[in-house]
Amino acid sequence: MAEILLRAISHSYGVARGARDRAGRRAPVYALRDVELRWRDGGAYALLGPSGCGKTTLLGIISGLIRPTRGEVLYAGKDVTDLPSRGRNIAQVFQFPVVYDTMTVGQNLAFPLRNRGLAAAEIDRRVGRIAEILELSAVLAMRATRLTADQKQVLALGRGLVRDDVAAILFDEPLTVIDPHRKWLLRRKLKEIHKQFRHTLIYVTHDQTEALTFADEVVVMQTGQVLQRGTPEELFLRPAHTYVGYFIGSPGMNVLPCEVAAGIEAGAMLARIGAHEVALPAGLDPALAGPGLELGIRPEHIAVLGEPAAGLPAVVGAVEDHGRFRIVTARLGDRPIKIRIGHAVNAPRLAAGEVVRLGFPPEHICLYRDGRIVAPVAPVAPIAPGAQGEVAA
Amino acid sequence: MIDKTRTNRAWLLILPMTVLVAFSAIVPLMTVVNYSVQDILGPNTKVYVGFEWFRKALRDPELHAAFLRQLLFSFSVLAIELPLGLGISLIMPRRGWAISASLVVLALPLLIPWNVVGTIWQIFGRPDIGAGGAALVKLGLDYNYTVNRVDAWLTVLVMDVWHWTPLVALLCYSGLRAIPHAYYQAAAIDGASPWSVFRYIQLPKLKNVLVIAVLLRFMDSFMIYTEPFVVTGGGPGNSTTFLSQFLTRLAVGQFDLGPAAAFSLIYFLFILLFCYVFYTIMNRVGQG
Amino acid sequence: MTLSLERIARTVAGERHLIDVDLTLGRGTINVLLGHTGAGKTSLLRIIAGLDRPTAGAVRFDGVDVTRLPSRRRSVALVYQQFINYPSLTVRDNIASPLRLARAPDVLGRVGELARLLRIDDLLDRLPGELSGGQQQRVAIARALAKSADVVMFDEPLVNLDYKLREDLRDELRALFGAARPGGKPATVIYATTDPGEALALGGTTIVVHQGRVLQHAAALEVYHRPISALAAGVVSDPPINLVDGVVQGGAVELAGEIRIPLAGRTGRHLGGLADGPYRFGIRASDCRLAPSEGTVGVPARVELSEISGSETFVYLRGGAAQTRFIVQQDGVFHHRLDDELTVYLDPDRLLAFGPGGDQPLIASYEPGV
Repeated sequence: MAEILLRAISHSYGVARGARDRAGRRAPVYALRDVELRWRDGGAYALLGPSGCGKTTLLGIISGLIRPTRGEVLYAGKDVTDLPSRGRNIAQVFQFPVVYDTMTVGQNLAFPLRNRGLAAAEIDRRVGRIAEILELSAVLAMRATRLTADQKQVLALGRGLVRDDVAAILFDEPLTVIDPHRKWLLRRKLKEIHKQFRHTLIYVTHDQTEALTFADEVVVMQTGQVLQRGTPEELFLRPAHTYVGYFIGSPGMNVLPCEVAAGIEAGAMLARIGAHEVALPAGLDPALAGPGLELGIRPEHIAVLGEPAAGLPAVVGAVEDHGRFRIVTARLGDRPIKIRIGHAVNAPRLAAGEVVRLGFPPEHICLYRDGRIVAPVAPVAPIAPGAQGEVAA
Repeated sequence: MIDKTRTNRAWLLILPMTVLVAFSAIVPLMTVVNYSVQDILGPNTKVYVGFEWFRKALRDPELHAAFLRQLLFSFSVLAIELPLGLGISLIMPRRGWAISASLVVLALPLLIPWNVVGTIWQIFGRPDIGAGGAALVKLGLDYNYTVNRVDAWLTVLVMDVWHWTPLVALLCYSGLRAIPHAYYQAAAIDGASPWSVFRYIQLPKLKNVLVIAVLLRFMDSFMIYTEPFVVTGGGPGNSTTFLSQFLTRLAVGQFDLGPAAAFSLIYFLFILLFCYVFYTIMNRVGQG
Repeated sequence: MTLSLERIARTVAGERHLIDVDLTLGRGTINVLLGHTGAGKTSLLRIIAGLDRPTAGAVRFDGVDVTRLPSRRRSVALVYQQFINYPSLTVRDNIASPLRLARAPDVLGRVGELARLLRIDDLLDRLPGELSGGQQQRVAIARALAKSADVVMFDEPLVNLDYKLREDLRDELRALFGAARPGGKPATVIYATTDPGEALALGGTTIVVHQGRVLQHAAALEVYHRPISALAAGVVSDPPINLVDGVVQGGAVELAGEIRIPLAGRTGRHLGGLADGPYRFGIRASDCRLAPSEGTVGVPARVELSEISGSETFVYLRGGAAQTRFIVQQDGVFHHRLDDELTVYLDPDRLLAFGPGGDQPLIASYEPGV
């Protein structure tokens, strides 16, 4: 087990390591641009992003499959950039189950140990122990092809767990072939294993649920760059980039162009959206005032106020009833805005065409310029285990 | 299987081809079956003899000898071409322009007409003017395929290997390319040796391709005619007279249509049986 | 155009893929076929499209029997899971192909309109191979819509896209279905999916399919609040509904032999009419809480798994001596560690009662909105 450091990693598939870029029309497209990441020993991480963001490329660089065009990969301080997968002490679980079909489950688990020359008795002991933990003991003598898809993925994971020299276990969208209503069983198993073994786990996915449930810390990527890394709460409450706000949360964050100005009282600032004003949280830097900013607020946090009250008027477009909650698509001036409200007894009944008044609680507002967050800058307080976090509307 | 809603018009489209196949294949086949139960003494004199030709054929010692020779040939061919073809496919390049170059070079022997193949090797093996034959003689070996039976056998074998191994290699290569890269990566992570990679990943995934290769090569080699005929004419003596040449000699040479027809039916059924057995065994081995 | 399926059955190699399917779909309605993988959704779509023939039963379009009519003569369009486009034709030609086949007027105008609708108007000269997954699927959808068919079907079209793209496309599709079609008659839409969330998001009616049978056919919210059986409840809930065997006796409900919920006063009124006896009770994950409130009954439990998703937390627990499995869905972000001991509070006002055996039909349900 070790700390993994990625230093100034850039990668273009067309450019070999150390070669110079061609300029002009033949300038290469970079899948990764100047990525710098440190993976602490024993952490559970997720690499989250849309297709084409570079997360699979990054995983390939960590695992040794790809030699990055620029930058270094260090395991426990040692430069392994030129070392292939074989020498890197990692394990990997792929999108589809990779098992040795002609071997039994037990032989599959024993394979990595036999290749490393361990004694037969030790191999048997370890295989037995891992099979027990993964609930594969009953099928040890069965041929690997006869297992179900989830069992095969568990087996692929097991091949990584039997070794004691694993620095990190890498997952490349491993739940892709699993039946949707069985995915949670595998997620549970992964969490149990992490609790027991405390390997560094790095999990690549495009699904926010998988990422947020699995990881202690999530790295959000887009077009080859890391946009934000943080805990699920930080990503949800304080997205550092409007894309993170959009990508995390269902539906994503509302982003409204606005202008910031000083308010009437000293130290208070407000945002102007169209002809309306919204109070901003206290303590903001006065230098923020000016046009060209964006106000971000999540659909869960917008309050629908009773009439007549101060608030932003919006025209209700469509109301989707999801049983537990409703998603209201409305128009604030000429901008679409989505609101998520529950079915509580006193929740308003909304109909298309109706005008509603919306409140934006200042503590849930984030300000952005050019897509990057400029306020608030105070970090989200970490939530202690067992305590209650933010409660949505 | 998906059953599609049928349209009557589709049958009409197939009709011309059905007629063609009927004329060129089914009718002649039925004619052969007809002849196999008759003694044809002249164009208009035919006597029904039932299964007599079949019985005679199955007891003919010359037929047995030709049959054994054929079996030996086919098995030798398989034993050499399969491992060799597989080996070639493993070392073929997987990236870049070298792929096309190697595929073209490999395919060349397959494109040559079969009697030309025979002619090439007939000349190549001649101890006086042939490049190969003369070289062997210069090295001190007493090589002459027209006189020495072992030399004749070896020449025919080498010719077949040169001619058909590329087919096996190409089949195996396509099978190898179909293996997802993740398997090789997993093997590298598990610390597997190249031999383990071959044994546990490549060979199992090539199973279907190998079945096809075995079937194709077995059937073709069992029916081989042109190439050995051009090189050795079946000689010296009978040493390279394989089954199809035996049959031709019988039918065309001696014009014994009845026995020839019976024998060709036996030949046909035998190949069918062998292929079925091979196929079942290979599938059983895979699932086992 | 009214689409009706009468006693459709399909058996392939001894396996019954569809059993006794009876459905009538009104013109212009949006219908979501909801079921697990292998339930028979694709089989049903293929039979409506004319790609497969049913072993028994009839398909009628506006009363006319079309069961024997080949696919190309039915007014249907189908969008597949795998983005299927003509690989050698440009996007423009792809969308135009059904229009050209039908010899429609103003092909290019209509193509432009559809491309704008699906936001691919800047990709018209590209080949499908050069497009991303989401873009390819939009081309397939545009091509399906170009046909102006009476029945437009979608077979899990978003399943191969990443989740955010899925949400975006689903919003667009909903807007598309809602918008009036140029040329009058609205199309009947059939959308197959395994995701209950999609059924609610798209609205319309939900057709619950399970192992070849149609379990329920009703408005999406009706299916959500009143699933016709415990089996249907399992298919339409995500996370899966908590199902526990129990009995009604002595004026109370007893779950798993240990959790006692008295039926007195205001709580559980809808269960008051139940006769004594065994039942299967269901309570949704979102109706379970980890904090007490009026009328709720607590069950001591241990955390098996806790997952955070955006602004919700899903907690998997095992409760009571019988180790009954409960899934609780909380609004908000909470942290629970494995093996934490918590109490699950069940709200008797939200309990559903199903029959104990056979197909476990719904016997008592609460009034939604109360």
